Amino acid sequence: MTASLEKGHQAFRAVMDAPIASFFSSCVHCGICADACLFHTETGDAKYTPIYKLEPLKRVWKQEFTLLGKLASMIGFYKPITDAELEDWSELVYDSCTLCGRCSMVCPVGNDITYMVRKMREGMAASGHAPAGVIGAVKRTINSGSPMEVTLKALLAQIKHQEDDTGLTIPIDQKGSDYMALLSSMEIINYPEYLGSLAKIFNKAGVSWTLSSDAFEATNAGIQIGASDIAREIVMRIVDAAEKLQVKNVISPECGHAFTALRWEGPNLIGRPYSFNVIHILELLDNLRADGKIKTKGGDSEPLTFHDPCQIVRRGGVVQQPRDLLNMVATDFREMTEHGTMNWCCGGGGGVSANERADELKLLAFKKKKAQIEELGVHKMVTACANCRIVMEGSLEHYNMDVEVVGLSEMVAEYLEE
Amino acid sequence: MDGANELLLWAKGDAFEWALGILIMGTVLRLIEIFSLRRKPDFSVAREHSPGSGWKTIISRSYRVNVSSPRAILTYLTGYTFHIGLLIIILFLTPHIEIWKSMTGFSWPGLATSFIDLIVVITMVALLVALVDRLTSAVKKQLTTVGDYFAWLVTFLPLLTGYFSYHHMWLPYTQMLALHILSVELLMVVLPFTKLIHSVTIGISRWYNGDQFARKGVAS
Repeated sequence: MTASLEKGHQAFRAVMDAPIASFFSSCVHCGICADACLFHTETGDAKYTPIYKLEPLKRVWKQEFTLLGKLASMIGFYKPITDAELEDWSELVYDSCTLCGRCSMVCPVGNDITYMVRKMREGMAASGHAPAGVIGAVKRTINSGSPMEVTLKALLAQIKHQEDDTGLTIPIDQKGSDYMALLSSMEIINYPEYLGSLAKIFNKAGVSWTLSSDAFEATNAGIQIGASDIAREIVMRIVDAAEKLQVKNVISPECGHAFTALRWEGPNLIGRPYSFNVIHILELLDNLRADGKIKTKGGDSEPLTFHDPCQIVRRGGVVQQPRDLLNMVATDFREMTEHGTMNWCCGGGGGVSANERADELKLLAFKKKKAQIEELGVHKMVTACANCRIVMEGSLEHYNMDVEVVGLSEMVAEYLEE
Repeated sequence: MDGANELLLWAKGDAFEWALGILIMGTVLRLIEIFSLRRKPDFSVAREHSPGSGWKTIISRSYRVNVSSPRAILTYLTGYTFHIGLLIIILFLTPHIEIWKSMTGFSWPGLATSFIDLIVVITMVALLVALVDRLTSAVKKQLTTVGDYFAWLVTFLPLLTGYFSYHHMWLPYTQMLALHILSVELLMVVLPFTKLIHSVTIGISRWYNGDQFARKGVAS
């Protein structure tokens, strides 16, 4: 589909709903949201104030969805959005927003600013003002099913490696399984141990599970760029596969936005509820722990902390589960001062890590996490999102920090009772 | 009857009724603007248990403070002070209670006028500090429009004229009281069409925020 300003304008109009109208109506321009955004706190630049990132969308609302705005427009006070303006705003909407949701937690009048940035991206993408890096990820996903062009052949090769390492069979296309597991490309390529960990844990807990050769990729670049039609197509691949295999549950992997895409946005994108449940891997592991189906022995005694992936914790509600799991396998777990639903983002979520244009800004934003780690003085950080993990590993290397980043599922698998 | 008395009578009579009418009709119009846009049905399965909800967030955003920069603290401090001050003045000054009684039939004990006088001064100081902050903060300056200064002015004028009339300053009492009432009526007329509408829509936006987070099991 060709992008155009007109399509962008129409997309801005199409996303306008009662919540957005109430948010814009309530904004008192207090600027409190600026202090919740790591792109503002770490750069000191006022343009990164979250609500300011929405100015073009706000103007469309004011001019076209309020009586006074319509009257003012009729007498010549209409200021149309332009390509030049949206190009200027592209950096604010994509590079300097990870959709982390922290601003939505602090706005005194209750504006869910993140919800609006996500919606605004629909118009930015439709008008052709999304960054090249994210467009590339979307194109690769449409063509190959994966933003990193990870093929089934590559997955099968990794499965073979993990089966050799664990001595266990990793089931694929097993019809009627209780759970269908999904992966992110980053896990397949960078952290294939995740797959082996699943095999070990599920084998021990007696979980009936499978992968699907039709849909193994959980990430959704359509959500990140703000193109609902593409996001729908990507979700539909998973829905079709899950329904074909008649599974009861689909497991969202250690990937933040994949969980948002599948668990919260997916049913709305396809316009109906799923015929299966979506569960995050940490929720499932915690359920197995609570049911006594997985038991661990020993634990890591090194001081460590947990980095909350925004989409899983603040925007996903999986808050206590990682803590319960971590306390099972670590004896010196230390919380960062601001953690859980008030955590600070790694700086690379919401498509920022796929956007090369934002590389420098992303590293600046990481200074917040750097300060949090330094305050605790730990050298090990556990997380549950492959994107957070890869962003933080790169940033830690950039700042010459001696901190190891570990996936929580792998850690649980490591200390499983034999 | 002299001009000042006529002005006062008009301010208390026809002008007040018009202002009240515009306030109510304007607010209803703004609410229609919001709700007519509706919200699409959410097909995702909400979590069964959540520590949050839309209703809780309406309350919790009034006391939960999650930012701590000096500038944010100043914003909160001035914000709390002038909002609480305005509420005390509107609800607990005896002459104001008389107006509430004439409109609703309900009345309640007022606070000492000298105490309210102090609150008026504190509220005006808080508003002045907020104005200086708006004029000097890079973040606020960037967000500020003419509408922000206008909203500030129409909030400040009733306090100033009320203070002047109580202390018999600047103009004869009758004229100043008339100006005070007219300034309140200006506030009532413009409230629905400026950012002051947040006094009504804040409940809606907080509710949506709380509801959207609560579906996911998070108290916002």
